[in-house]
Amino acid sequence: MGYLGADYTIKSWLLTTDHKRIGLLYMISITVFFLLGGAAATLLRLELMTPRGDVFGSPDDYNRSFTIHGVFMVFFFLIPGVPAVLGNFLIPLMIGARDLAFPRLNLMSWYIYMIGGLFTLYALVAGGVDTGWTFYTPYSTMFSNTQVIAAALGIFIVGFSSILTALNFIVTIHTMRAPGMTWLRLPLFIWAHYATSLIIVLGTPVLAITIILVAVERLFKVGIFDPAYGGDPLLFQHLFWFYSHPAVYIMILPSFGVISEIVTAFARKKIFGYSFMAGALLAIAVLGFLVWGHHMFVSSQSMYAGMIFSVLSFLVAVPSGIKVFNWTATLYKGSVSFKTPMLYALGFIGLFTIGGLTGLVLSTMATDVHVHDTYFVVAHFHYIMVGGMVMAYLGGLHFWWPKITGRMYSEFWGALSALTVFIGFNLTFFPQFLLGYIGMPRRYYEYPEEYQVLNVMSSAGASVLAVGYMMPLIYLMISLKVGKIAGPNPWAASGLEWETSSPPPTHNFLDTKIVTSGPYDYELQEFADMQREVQEQGIV
Amino acid sequence: MWEFPLFPDSASTFAPKVDALYIGLMIVSAAFTFAFCFFVLFFAVKYRRGSKADRSNIRDSSPLAEAIYITVPTLIGIGLFMWGAIIYFELVSPPGDSIEIYVTGKQWMWKAQHPEGSSEINELHIPAGKPVRLIMTSEDVIHSYYIPDFRAKQDVLPGRYTSMWFHPTKVGRFRLFCTEYCGTEHSRMGGWVTVMEPAAYEAWLEGSSETTGLAAEGEALFRQYHCSGCHGANSTVKAPPLEGVFGGPVPLLNDPKDPQSGSKIIVADERYVRDSILRPMEEVVAGYEPLMPSFAGQIPEDDLLKLVSYIKSIGRGRQTRTLTDRGMSEGEGAASNITDFMGGTSANGGTN
Repeated sequence: MGYLGADYTIKSWLLTTDHKRIGLLYMISITVFFLLGGAAATLLRLELMTPRGDVFGSPDDYNRSFTIHGVFMVFFFLIPGVPAVLGNFLIPLMIGARDLAFPRLNLMSWYIYMIGGLFTLYALVAGGVDTGWTFYTPYSTMFSNTQVIAAALGIFIVGFSSILTALNFIVTIHTMRAPGMTWLRLPLFIWAHYATSLIIVLGTPVLAITIILVAVERLFKVGIFDPAYGGDPLLFQHLFWFYSHPAVYIMILPSFGVISEIVTAFARKKIFGYSFMAGALLAIAVLGFLVWGHHMFVSSQSMYAGMIFSVLSFLVAVPSGIKVFNWTATLYKGSVSFKTPMLYALGFIGLFTIGGLTGLVLSTMATDVHVHDTYFVVAHFHYIMVGGMVMAYLGGLHFWWPKITGRMYSEFWGALSALTVFIGFNLTFFPQFLLGYIGMPRRYYEYPEEYQVLNVMSSAGASVLAVGYMMPLIYLMISLKVGKIAGPNPWAASGLEWETSSPPPTHNFLDTKIVTSGPYDYELQEFADMQREVQEQGIV
Repeated sequence: MWEFPLFPDSASTFAPKVDALYIGLMIVSAAFTFAFCFFVLFFAVKYRRGSKADRSNIRDSSPLAEAIYITVPTLIGIGLFMWGAIIYFELVSPPGDSIEIYVTGKQWMWKAQHPEGSSEINELHIPAGKPVRLIMTSEDVIHSYYIPDFRAKQDVLPGRYTSMWFHPTKVGRFRLFCTEYCGTEHSRMGGWVTVMEPAAYEAWLEGSSETTGLAAEGEALFRQYHCSGCHGANSTVKAPPLEGVFGGPVPLLNDPKDPQSGSKIIVADERYVRDSILRPMEEVVAGYEPLMPSFAGQIPEDDLLKLVSYIKSIGRGRQTRTLTDRGMSEGEGAASNITDFMGGTSANGGTN
């Protein structure tokens, strides 16, 4: 049974250098962190059902919970999510290589990720952290009495896992493409991961430096950020957002890649404007480094700097718009079918559009002054990260699940989960836009009564969302035992990964692939025939 | 509890402008969202697998379409940016005749000090119909002063002054929040802003003042901290006199240690006075020796703002606009006056 059946021992998994098995190790790890972060979110939403504190024993517990929610979700789920799982599994398959360029480095990246995760878990067990995932100074360096150093060290360590994975991807994409796989024949999934890897390699070291400075100030009382010791608290915000704004694109660009693959496969049509789609990915990667100051419009940053950051933030919306326009145009005159991955992808387009457009309220300086640090911001970034990245991750997981496991899942339950997640997500986060505009600040343990209705709506929606997320966990597990055998290409999709067996053999391909045409070579008639063949075999 | 408002109360001159911009942004966002949803669903259904829709002349790229995708959003974006920037200029440019109140944030309370001497905790009393400027600092971590009904917010930082202003238009009680996470009691660090009729405000000030006023207290502190020993009229040490300094230009040495390094001009504002007390060696007035010792850690924030208030009271008075541009508070040096840049919006910003 392909790479899965190569060996069954625990050791063969923990010491594997097969990119596909490492992808699965990541899949299990990020799922655990997602569940931990999700458990924290559940407690937060329960607490916010009423204006007074009642679920948590004290505000400190609430503060620790939203910190752990943010830290786990951002650094241990959203950032590694698509690249470390799907990217790891698919990049060599898509470019016709037998593995990543540095297989052992790839395994080491996973171990580094796990060590970072354990440090952060330790911080949680040893009393928690109450700074928020943003670690603003001088609160984090001089005032918080919690496990800031342990958590920061965990994030510092996991950053190296990102950097090494990104390096591995860049070298692989440069040097290991199959004969004939030119740059303009790369699937957009590969372009997306290439752009993401560039951001990771350039941005993550800045985060590492920032964390070291926080630790130095906290441990040795060297004045870097705290004005009482001669430091500058805004310096931290500049350094932090110089990484953490591009980090948003680290989370979302791989998702763009996933959605491009799914939309073309289920519209049976070449992506519209391929070169513009690839160019937009790179443009976002570059512009994403120039907009960090839009997090600081009310921080007392120079007004003129604010103007530059504001106008650049509007410009970064343009390539994001190009993506959505071209996905829509790809559907035009296609042959669209509505399988589970496509439902997730269509949901992604809707939620990402709302998330992106509400970002304009935040890049416009005058409106940002009002909604900054309110629930409007919370809603906006959840639309991008959860509505965007998580929808794309689940869509990609369903799309390539037959390739990864060799089995099909229940289409009925798949479609139901996509629908439940979409509805639950909107019920949870749309009320938060309204809540933010009428003024409710974020990170509030207690709030005035007039905000209760919308909070109750949001919490109720979160329970629907939780059901939506639990469903795939169950039916995908079941599919491993009872799912129909998928065959090499159940979707009749184009791409080298579909030209090998499912699950693929350890060495990916039995012969060297030679590429003679661009990606998404969907000729309608030809694939209609193929589709009929597949259906006759009774697979789909 | 079951009310369902979409907007907070509209209680300052900013509120209708920010709301109009917000509605404009929402219209643009809704138009794009519905357009995308419509076309995605329309194409997906019309060209569903097996439908008989015409699929001839399929194209997979169109430079014209891409050009439209790029130019239309760019132009809309620039337009929205300009609209937002114009209002933002006003938000950061207090008119010269504002009432000035000092605010100190600390874990977890807001203290406001009126120039006449009254002080209050987690409350702010102000008159309706007059621009109010807050000069703010923090004693510990970063806080943020936020009044949703005014659409006004500004972070409050330790170690420096930031300022915000607003022009309340409506009498009433409005919520005050801290919006920068600051620890355990963050969500309880708030209170009320009470906007009163001007006559009621005057009566309130008189009834609540325990002292003779901030500037008078500052004058006493000026002697108590021995500032007058050097800066006073009978001093033997050569220190710059402070009468008439505030609000006017001050020539500074480019390099405080080198008298030959040339000079630059800055305007003496609250930031400059504060920094000169705490870090006197950094911005030395041209023609004077860098002799003054630092008072960092010796003067609490409350006393500092009284001293600033005193220096201000012997300054040039209100006819000179004080510099409150955020750029200046970051010490960018150039003494550019943002109100010139804005074509004088601030002069009438409070009244329209």
